[in-house]
Amino acid sequence: MLNSVLVANRGEIARRIIATARRLGIRAVAVYSEADKGLPFVAEADEAVLIGPPPPAESYLNAAAVLAAARQAGAAAIHPGYGFLSENPQFARQVLAEGLTWVGPPPEAIEQMGDKINARNLMARAGVPVAAGTTEPVTSADAAVAEAARIGYPVMVKAAAGGGGIGMSAVSDPAGLRAAFETARTRAMRFFGDPAILLERYIERARHVEVQILGLADGRVVALGERDCSVQRRHQKVAEETPSPGVGAALRARMLAAAVQAGAAVGYRSAGTVECLVDTATNDFVFLEMNTRLQVEHPVTELVTGIDLVEQQFRIAAGEPVTFDPDQVRPQGHALELRVYAEDPVRFLPSPGTIERWQEPAGPGVRVDAGYAAGNQVTPFYDPLLAKLCAYGPDRAQALARARDAVAVFEITGLRTNLPFHVDLLASEEFTSGDYDTSIVARLRP
Amino acid sequence: MAEVRAEMVANVWKVVAAEGAEVSDGDTLVILESMKMEIPVLAEGSGTLTHLHVVEGDIVQEGDLIAVIE
Repeated sequence: MLNSVLVANRGEIARRIIATARRLGIRAVAVYSEADKGLPFVAEADEAVLIGPPPPAESYLNAAAVLAAARQAGAAAIHPGYGFLSENPQFARQVLAEGLTWVGPPPEAIEQMGDKINARNLMARAGVPVAAGTTEPVTSADAAVAEAARIGYPVMVKAAAGGGGIGMSAVSDPAGLRAAFETARTRAMRFFGDPAILLERYIERARHVEVQILGLADGRVVALGERDCSVQRRHQKVAEETPSPGVGAALRARMLAAAVQAGAAVGYRSAGTVECLVDTATNDFVFLEMNTRLQVEHPVTELVTGIDLVEQQFRIAAGEPVTFDPDQVRPQGHALELRVYAEDPVRFLPSPGTIERWQEPAGPGVRVDAGYAAGNQVTPFYDPLLAKLCAYGPDRAQALARARDAVAVFEITGLRTNLPFHVDLLASEEFTSGDYDTSIVARLRP
Repeated sequence: MAEVRAEMVANVWKVVAAEGAEVSDGDTLVILESMKMEIPVLAEGSGTLTHLHVVEGDIVQEGDLIAVIE
C-alpha cells in the first residue's frame, strides 16, 4: 500500500480523502491557501503545507506549488480530489514524471475524455449512444446556425473543454443561438482557456443519470450502479439519489453496460463517472460526458454498496486488488445527498461570510461530509459547497424521512444557506413522487 | 442620485461602464465574481455615471459603494 499521499484539494473533499488515508495508515499531507488555514481539513491532516494566496490560480491550480509541496513533505502519491487539477492531463503527467503515484486515471484517458467533442466521437465509435450533435468544434455563429439546422432545435450550446455548467445554454431559434454562441465562447476562453464550442440536440424533459465506474488494477472495468442528479440549478447539481426512481431494471442494465464499454474504450483505471441523459418521453439514454475523477456525489454510491471508493482508488493506484468481489456488487436500499451551499435559498446567489453556529445532524443512516465548522470564514474565492448531507434508508420513503429529519436539525448561522430550499424540495410532491426531471428546481422556484 | 452597492462579498471581475457615461436603467455597470459565479451589477435608474468606485481586481464587501448615477 502507499505510505503517504498529498491531497491537492480543499474543503469537504480534502477532509474526506484524508479520513480514509488515515484509516488505512497512509500519512496524509494537506495543501492549503491563505484563505483556508482555519479549515478542518488542514487540522486533520498529518502535515499541512501553505501553497499560496487565496485565488485558485495562485494556489490550488498552481501545479508547480503543489509539486513543490509534495517534494517538501516527502509525499509518495497525489490524490487530486475533484475540480482544480483533477482533470488536467499535463498535471497528471508531471506527477508521474516526478516518480510519484497518481491516484487517478491514466493521463491519456483524462485527455481523451476532457474534450467533449472528442469524447462524443470516441463513444459513438465504441457503440455508446450519443445525442445528435457536432463532430468538430464550431468556430463561428454562422457555422453554429448551419449546424443547428441539421441537428434540429432545440439545441444545447456547450464549451468543449467545459464543466460545471459554465457557458451552457439551451436555445430554440437562430437568434437565441447566435447570442448563446458568443456568451459560450467568451466564457469558454475565460474559464477553460479554449474557445471550442459544440452543439448537441437538447432533450426537453430529461433526467440526468450517471453511472459510477471503477477501472481495476487488473484492467477490468466495473459499474457500481447509477445516481440520479436531475435536481440542478444553473446546470449545477443540488441533490442526488441512488437508485434513480426513473430508471427501470432493463434501462439500468443497458446504461451500466454502456458505461463499462465507455471506460474500457479509454483503458480507464480508478474511479470515474459516465454521465448520461435519460429522455423521459422515450425512456432511452444518450452519453453526455465522462468525469475522469472522484465525483462530488460519490457518497450515495458508498452508502448503498458499503464500498469506500477512495480506499479503492488508493488500492488501484498501488496496483492492488479492490476490497470487494467485482462480480458480486448488489446495491442495497436507497441513499440521497443534499448539497448544502452558502447561498440564499430563493435566488441561489452566493452568500460568503463567517459561520457562527454549526450544528450537524447525526443518527442512523445520516452521513455528513463537511468542509467547515463554527468560526470558519467562507470566502468568495471557491465554490459555495459547505457540506453534503446524505441520508440512507432501506427504501426511498425511509431515506426521504431521515433526510427531512436531518435537514430540520442542521443548524448553520452567520451566513445564508440553501437548507430552506432542501426543506421545500423534500416536501414537494414532484420530488417525493420520484417523477421529476432537470427542470424541477425551476418549477419549485418560478 | 442613485447609489449602487454590492449585494455580497465578491471580486470585481470586469468594469463594463466608464465614469462619465450615460447609462440606462438595467445596464450592466460592473461584473462581480463570487464563488465561481458571475454577478452583473446593474444600473438602478438612468442618468450619468458620475462616480465609479471600483477597479478590476478589487474585493468588495456587502454594502460597499460601487457607483453613483445622477
